[in-house]
Amino acid sequence: MIRFDNVSKRYPGGHEALSNLMLDIDAGELVFVTGHSGAGKSTLLRLIGLIERPTRGQVLVDKRSTRGIGRRGLAAYRRDIGMVFQDHKLLFDRTVFDNVALPLVITGLRPRDIGKRVRAALDQVDLLSKEKQRPETLSSGEQQRVGIARAIVARPKIVIADEPTGNLDPELSRGIMTLFERFRDIGVTLLIASHDLSLITEMGHRRITLDRGRLTADSANPSGQQAFEID
Amino acid sequence: MQAWIGRHAQTALASLGKLAESPLATVLTVLVIGVTLALPGALQVLVKNALTVSGGWQGATDFSMYLQPDIDRAAADQLGNLLASRADIADVTLVDADEALEAFAENSGFGAALDALDNNPLPHALVVRPIASLSPEASALLKQELENLPEADIVQLDTEWVSRFQAMLQLVRRSILLAAGMLGLALLVVIGNTIRLDIQNRRDEIEIMQLVGASDGFIRRPFLYTGFWYGLAGGLAAVVLVAVATALLAGPVSALAGLYGGSWRLSGLDLRETGVLVAVGVGLGLAGSWLATARHMRRIEPK
Repeated sequence: MIRFDNVSKRYPGGHEALSNLMLDIDAGELVFVTGHSGAGKSTLLRLIGLIERPTRGQVLVDKRSTRGIGRRGLAAYRRDIGMVFQDHKLLFDRTVFDNVALPLVITGLRPRDIGKRVRAALDQVDLLSKEKQRPETLSSGEQQRVGIARAIVARPKIVIADEPTGNLDPELSRGIMTLFERFRDIGVTLLIASHDLSLITEMGHRRITLDRGRLTADSANPSGQQAFEID
Repeated sequence: MQAWIGRHAQTALASLGKLAESPLATVLTVLVIGVTLALPGALQVLVKNALTVSGGWQGATDFSMYLQPDIDRAAADQLGNLLASRADIADVTLVDADEALEAFAENSGFGAALDALDNNPLPHALVVRPIASLSPEASALLKQELENLPEADIVQLDTEWVSRFQAMLQLVRRSILLAAGMLGLALLVVIGNTIRLDIQNRRDEIEIMQLVGASDGFIRRPFLYTGFWYGLAGGLAAVVLVAVATALLAGPVSALAGLYGGSWRLSGLDLRETGVLVAVGVGLGLAGSWLATARHMRRIEPK
């Protein structure tokens, strides 16, 4: 579903966030990306969302190179990818309902269908009772769940989440992760960057570790061949 | 199709609502647009009225024919009767030299000076009125014919100054078009700049829209509607301003017309001109916001 083909990303100023990354993720996989801050976790996710472009190599999504996707194709591409951000990225002048409805409104879905699907998504993150509130009246954990509802409401094939449990207590974190497992069960491919090692270990999904832009461990490929093959 | 209209109506109303959230800034922008549009609008009304008035004068295409000084009253009468019988002349009035001098003395205040003259320096004159259907070419020919008569000294077409005045008005009208063009350019900048600030203020919102997969067209739409509302409100404000100015001037103008024995009234913007003014406002609003979004939205990329 997602393939990183010898991808490097160097930011202006010379900092290399990713170096010669080789990675294959199958459809319906739930993969945790771990590593210290600055290890390249966010960059990896941003390359999938086309918020960044690789300096070298290419990223393939759904067997299609993302290199050829220009400004015009970008919007349609992103509609198939749900993104969850650490800082939520919610619109504070709109209600919870309107925030979650955004990905559906832009596709031109009929208002009646939008209502149904938004409520279904809010129900999944347990926020149905707060649909008329504005995000600032919610706790950080609740805002994060609004962001998750928005990411899944359009039923994307891929969900990428950058530290989705960064500000949550362990109980809520576990709830969110269980939610992600449910999406995995209906065929969604998920990439989740997190440094909550104990929770990740406990859940036991595929886990890749980055260190200063290099892939240093992959639980699906314990020998670590991938990392050394490239050097 | 219905859903499409519904979405557009929703966006249009949402843009209107955003404008209503900051009424002072909105009213100021609308006033700037209104005043700028009202200026050429008011000038157009001015020229239109001046043309109407001078058009009334154009109908009077009388010739003043001053006769040679040695022509006496009887010969003048005879010539007048002869001319009046022509097919292209409707009427001839004789202005007696003595009567003319008397009237001049009375009206000019030079009475005492004129008394000092031994004899009347004025000749007899004929006011020749051609038939109304006479073409300008035929009128010029007639003038030449009158000039060639042995009795004639000077023949003047009384309406020459009217033609000059109208030519001047045409010049003014062209200048108004030029001024309107420049003011339109200024409005494009004003509206474009207002939308640019709006785009910058909503940068976060635009980024989020991009991240969830909104197309450039979708993101641009509310800004285009904002420009549309600015233009529409500005155009309507201009119409109101011109109407108020016309109403304020109507009294003095009819008083002035009365003094000249005329009865014409100041006419304001007609339906067509009102439509043009509002349409120009809307057009500039859309064009200004389109330029601003084309230029500034593309620079925004999610971080």
